[in-house]
Amino acid sequence: MHGSDFAWAVAFAVPYATVFCAFVVYPVGYALWMAGRPSLYADLIADRLYLSTVVNTLVFVGLGVNIKMFLALLLSGFFLRPRGWIRILLAIYILPWALAAVQTCISFHWMLIGEQGLVDGLLSALFGIDGPLWFNNRWLGLGSNVIAYIWKWMPFWTLIFLAARMTIPRVIYDAAEVDGATGPGSFVHVTFPLLANLYLICTLLSTLWTLGDFTTVYLVSGGGPAGATEVLATLGFRYAFDASKPALGVAAVMSGLPVLIPIVLLLMRRLHTSELQL
Amino acid sequence: MNRPLDRLPPMSLLRRRNRRRRTLTEVGSVMLGVVLLIWSLLPIYNMLLIALDPEEGEIEFAGNLWPPEPSLEGFIDVVTQEARYLEDFWNQFGNSLYIGLLTMVLTVLVGSMASFTVSRLRLSNASLLTNAALLTYAIPASFLIVPYYRIMHSYGLFGGRWAVIAAQVTFATPFAILILQLYARLIPVELDDAARVDGASPVQLYLRIYLPLMTPALAVVAVYALLLAWNDYLYQAVLLSVQNMTVSVTQGQLFTDNDAPWNAMMAAAIIYVLPPLAVLFALRRWVAASLAMTALAT
Repeated sequence: MHGSDFAWAVAFAVPYATVFCAFVVYPVGYALWMAGRPSLYADLIADRLYLSTVVNTLVFVGLGVNIKMFLALLLSGFFLRPRGWIRILLAIYILPWALAAVQTCISFHWMLIGEQGLVDGLLSALFGIDGPLWFNNRWLGLGSNVIAYIWKWMPFWTLIFLAARMTIPRVIYDAAEVDGATGPGSFVHVTFPLLANLYLICTLLSTLWTLGDFTTVYLVSGGGPAGATEVLATLGFRYAFDASKPALGVAAVMSGLPVLIPIVLLLMRRLHTSELQL
Repeated sequence: MNRPLDRLPPMSLLRRRNRRRRTLTEVGSVMLGVVLLIWSLLPIYNMLLIALDPEEGEIEFAGNLWPPEPSLEGFIDVVTQEARYLEDFWNQFGNSLYIGLLTMVLTVLVGSMASFTVSRLRLSNASLLTNAALLTYAIPASFLIVPYYRIMHSYGLFGGRWAVIAAQVTFATPFAILILQLYARLIPVELDDAARVDGASPVQLYLRIYLPLMTPALAVVAVYALLLAWNDYLYQAVLLSVQNMTVSVTQGQLFTDNDAPWNAMMAAAIIYVLPPLAVLFALRRWVAASLAMTALAT
């Protein structure tokens, strides 16, 4: 490499390096420094709200990400069918991804607001059932958040899997059919093994993003009743800005690091092995 | 599988069974299609139902599948800024647009430059940059809101739109670099070598070869960055001053308010969700192409 080439290579890296130092290294360092006092964690453990929030976060991320990913994988097969109406349906199906999160979450909130909401209204009009008060119960509230989350983000991952499935040559399925793998068999023995690496990478990435999902919980259930459906992201916000305890807020979210760091390391390794395969 | 031939059912029966299975699959897929249609449209339909109601603050579902007297009053109130809480709607819309578009442009620029140097200029230790970018995700964006609040004060950006733009570009770029690098593997390096023999400088390589060939992936990155900024509530709510408020913040802050004029609020919501749809529609060809290619590279 020439000297001037090296200079150019560095010059092209400068904008991102600047962004990284100013807006990643500095705030992360600041966060670690703020959350460094051990007594903060004693305060957290003593708070019953914190413990239930940890459980909520695990439920929200665990159910949300896995149900969403698995359904997206299955549905990508459905959207692969060569039918005109399925292509039109696909355009409608990806709408939620392209619509703004704040507004759609508000729509979910009003839809589930109780007997005045659309869902309970439809339930009683169609089946004569009195729908529940969704946001008065911890598990129903959590469930509502999970559903809104899946609604918003499943289309994006379906598109990714759909694109991946389109690259699998038809010949492989024909060969598998000769060996007796049809229908579910071809999914288990052909599609899934070929997409397994992509599926894992997507699940890891989605887990990271979902742990940081603030909007869904904040605007669908609002964390209520009485904080029973908070997740780490919203609890940290409430500690910091509603209760004016910024250090406690940072400590609350930083307590997620033991889960986050292994996921990132695994993700990096996975991306590198997929590089080697090529 | 190894049954003797004479114990197989006769051909006609097999064919009938096959036809029945095909009909069943067809019926099943239509049913699934109907379920998906309802699933996708229900919350959007709910927005329309509220927006078209002539009465202010009406969020109740009265048992009608369509408002008995649909009215565009809600929309008119938004356009003329007549409704309560929406006096400043177009100014806020402009702020949202400013933040969204600049996030989009800067993410494409910063991400493509970084990915160009990593994948084309063969910088040693280039993977360091990619790994650093991925490390950003070790702490999700919303977890950093308190430190951002503090550092934006020390940078003197607090309250302004650039505080939010900086944050959104920071969180959009790692994914941008990831996508661009996967896609760049599909473009042969020999192209660069040939251009170099003809005396092209790295800047020319970037402008004349890299950017044009990467257009599909750049389109995906642009849509992704725009949607990230457009979806954001937290950073805009915390970092912006009152005169720089955006549509997201106003709507999000009133979401439990029973007294708000909800027909106009939902009309505003519907107007707000349109621009990304237009961008996605305009770029749809490239987005589809690059999703397919990226999946191929993984």
